Amino acid sequence: MTRFAMVIDTRTCIGCGDCVVACKTENKVPEGLNRDWVVEATSGTYPDLTTEFRSERCNHCSNPTCVTLCPTGASHLWNDTNIVLVDADKCTGCKACIAACPYDARLVMHPDGYIDKCTFCHHRVEKGLDPACVSSCPTKCMYFGSLDDPGSEVSKLLKTRKYKVLAPETGNEPNVYYLI
Amino acid sequence: MHEELLVTGRANALIDPSLHIWTWEVAMYLFLGGLTAGIMVFAAVMALLRKDDEAPFSSTQLALLAPIVLSVGMTTLFLDLEHKLYVFRFYTAFQIASPMSWGAWILILIYPVSILQILSTIRRGYPITNQIVDRWAIARWAVSWCEKHRRQIALVAIPSGVALGIYTGILLSAFSARPFWNSGVLGPLFLVSGLSTAAALVALISSKKSEKELFTRIDLVIILAEIALVALFLINLASGSAQQIEALGSITGGPYTMVFWVLFVGIGLIIPLLIEMLEMRGLMKSLAMVAPVLVLLGGYVLRQVMLDIGQESTWTNYPTQYSSELLERMEMTNR
Repeated sequence: MTRFAMVIDTRTCIGCGDCVVACKTENKVPEGLNRDWVVEATSGTYPDLTTEFRSERCNHCSNPTCVTLCPTGASHLWNDTNIVLVDADKCTGCKACIAACPYDARLVMHPDGYIDKCTFCHHRVEKGLDPACVSSCPTKCMYFGSLDDPGSEVSKLLKTRKYKVLAPETGNEPNVYYLI
Repeated sequence: MHEELLVTGRANALIDPSLHIWTWEVAMYLFLGGLTAGIMVFAAVMALLRKDDEAPFSSTQLALLAPIVLSVGMTTLFLDLEHKLYVFRFYTAFQIASPMSWGAWILILIYPVSILQILSTIRRGYPITNQIVDRWAIARWAVSWCEKHRRQIALVAIPSGVALGIYTGILLSAFSARPFWNSGVLGPLFLVSGLSTAAALVALISSKKSEKELFTRIDLVIILAEIALVALFLINLASGSAQQIEALGSITGGPYTMVFWVLFVGIGLIIPLLIEMLEMRGLMKSLAMVAPVLVLLGGYVLRQVMLDIGQESTWTNYPTQYSSELLERMEMTNR
């Protein structure tokens, strides 16, 4: 299984939200819905405050509970990778996968009623391109690639920099990494 | 302090400000599914114990309610689906790790078993059907066959009913992403609640005094078991992970405290238990109808309250622009 990962440098992210706009444009995400979003985390006591910006989306987990709990097989892994996709022709709109995601990253695509989510832009990945959010980032703080290739930029960054993932204790083994 | 805010204004339908994907349709299905399970189990047990004379309703008439109640439940479940035309997709796959897939196939199993159960007692329970049955040779043959194999059918109906009753709880408990549901006690709890509501239904509908008393006694024991399971469930959460302890907060001072303790535990469990205990001692006979009605109400409230709290319990919690807490805080700083 090819493991794709996204690495986001929180030290260079300025929280501009371009990734969100790029995603909406690239994937024609319906009005009022978002497949990715930016979180501003502030901690400390004034005046010693630190702020971290995080561009968040589906974590394309190595142990995706949304795929496990889908009753019809609509939620599936794309081409033997960790990219989680939803087959609209198999989706009943039961919403089990929305409840199954500890990161609340899935949504119902209105008005058709099937489930929609971040696809890591697999239609671009197929052509060797980066996902839209990564390629549009003005501060170049986002990286995309395969963790199986030790020479890939994402592998190198995770070897040399301090990083974290969101709520690793869920056991889902998320594949969006944040450099800290 | 540590504060996390969504700065790009996420307001995803059904997810923000907190997850709210399933409403009364699913709660009603979970309740009616449990009731159906109880109906099948009691009809089968009474058939095995040959209680046709002492408990005529439960042993010969009750089974007919199973497919009716279940069909109403499946209708409300269907109403909940967002992609309704694709409902057949439940039956083009079997996902071994998905309790919902197991449930879809269990529902398919329930109907034939339930129909065999009905046929095995239809002539005795509903004599009015004799004319119709006698008209066709195949109907006569089918009914006679089922009557002859009544015991075997009952022996199949019990595990089928138990599977239906317990899966509804396992379904919710399998969501590791929802801390409030993530307890193995939920399966047995929903099964026992289903049995309790079915016993209450018999006590309510049966016209025979001895049968009413028998099922009041049965219900009393089941309610005690249900109280024990609720206690185990709460202990499980209270001694669980940080997320589970936080989720438990919604019934220990949080927004669901009243509905859980007063409506479910008080009115749905303790009061009917007390009424039934008094009835056993020959007191409060005038309240005989009240206890089963409260048990049925409690059964529904259990499903609804579990469903609501579970969805709100989460691993990720961002104050968004719709957070009432955040708006209050902003108002305070503006003042």
